[in-house]
Amino acid sequence: MIRVELPSHLRNLARISGDVTLEVVGPVTQRSVLDALEARYPVLRGTIRDHGTLQRRPFLRFFACGEDLSHEPSDTPLPDAVASGAEPFLVLGAIAGG
Amino acid sequence: MSKVRVLVGTRKGAFILESDGKRANWDVSGPHFAGWEIYHIKGSPADPNRLYASQSSGWFGQVVQRSGDGGKTWETVNNKFAYDGVTGTHQWYDGTPHPWEFKRVWHLEPALDDPDHVYAGVEDAAIFESADGGKCWRELSGLRKHDTGPHWQPGAGGLCLHTILLDPSDPKRMFIAISAAGAFRTDDAGETWRPINRGLYSKYIPNPTAEVGHCVHRIAMNKSRPNVLFMQKHWDVMRTDNAGDEWTKVSGNLPTDFGFVIDVHSHEPETIYVVPIKSDSEHFPLEGKLRVFRSRTGGNEWEPLTQGLPQRDCYVNVLRDAMAVDSLDECGIYFGTTGGQVYASADAGDTWSPIVRDLPAVLSVEVQTFA
Repeated sequence: MIRVELPSHLRNLARISGDVTLEVVGPVTQRSVLDALEARYPVLRGTIRDHGTLQRRPFLRFFACGEDLSHEPSDTPLPDAVASGAEPFLVLGAIAGG
Repeated sequence: MSKVRVLVGTRKGAFILESDGKRANWDVSGPHFAGWEIYHIKGSPADPNRLYASQSSGWFGQVVQRSGDGGKTWETVNNKFAYDGVTGTHQWYDGTPHPWEFKRVWHLEPALDDPDHVYAGVEDAAIFESADGGKCWRELSGLRKHDTGPHWQPGAGGLCLHTILLDPSDPKRMFIAISAAGAFRTDDAGETWRPINRGLYSKYIPNPTAEVGHCVHRIAMNKSRPNVLFMQKHWDVMRTDNAGDEWTKVSGNLPTDFGFVIDVHSHEPETIYVVPIKSDSEHFPLEGKLRVFRSRTGGNEWEPLTQGLPQRDCYVNVLRDAMAVDSLDECGIYFGTTGGQVYASADAGDTWSPIVRDLPAVLSVEVQTFA
């Protein structure tokens, strides 16, 4: 099971309490995790990735295992610790404003 | 028993203010969608408990919410606004071509006769329509694909379609306004559009009387006379008596004719309201005095309305979608400020009092009247 942590605004929007756990079929990548997340919670479509291009929204970041994976290709496998569920895949809002 | 419901969109959530017809004591609910920008909330004329809200965020993009119980509960609907066909380009601030990119919904306008039918005015400027309560959105692309589209340029707030007026006497006629392209009209339910900017004079564009390029801030209509429109342009207050074919300046004795909001009394179609703002670089009232100006003559002759409004040290702004009128016998006027106050007048502007004083900056105000 993959664990995903979302920022509070997206948890509220999708009416999620706590972390999300997802079954991901095949390679565990940013794309496959976000595909599974959006399939479970359609309301999140367009809020993390652009509807058309599926590019990460500019002010969001993807972290895991102490690394910023935001600029990694979306089909690059995520760390084994994420794939095994030992570590979460974090979606978070970048600091903006004062 | 009569009642009013005021729908307030702010930088950090939505608020719903309710009162009986006396409009003296108010119940305040909110923030709904706390932390999100609520550009606009509006109720359906066909079913007042059906509300639509535009919820957006610089981080998470656009969400559209719908309520079936007057704002007590909400459900998300589709947030996919895909431009029709080849998107093409408009002009960027520096004059270079820039691809059309969806940013947010500025205005939601429910149809007059069907709560599931709603229009959305968006940035970058386009109009979308949903016939199923927001489950899917279709662009009325004849507007964006108008011959002048490649020449449209954003105003300081972006290339936004912020005003949608529906003609109650002709279901195929609509008026829209775009900053900074100008006003447009359709007579065939949105298939084709034409600019309606003749008579506007904008010294900040190379040709001050150009067909497009005017920074129209707001247009207002009294539903009993849909061919008469009033406009607050960047500078200048204007009116048309022929559905936009020709505009005439009616700024008259206003101390400044820059501003954002304009609205019309619900029963007196020649009584109009504006909030003059000092200038386009100083977005606050003249002399620190918050004054609504009323004309009972359809423009030109204006009187300041000050009773109950701060008359010193007031430096707020009133944004383009932040004024509304109710339709009770004694017309109520409402406006919200960037300082978070929502002011109400239950006597057509003679006296004012704040319903709330300390909300986040107010982006929009709408009113529903329950007779």
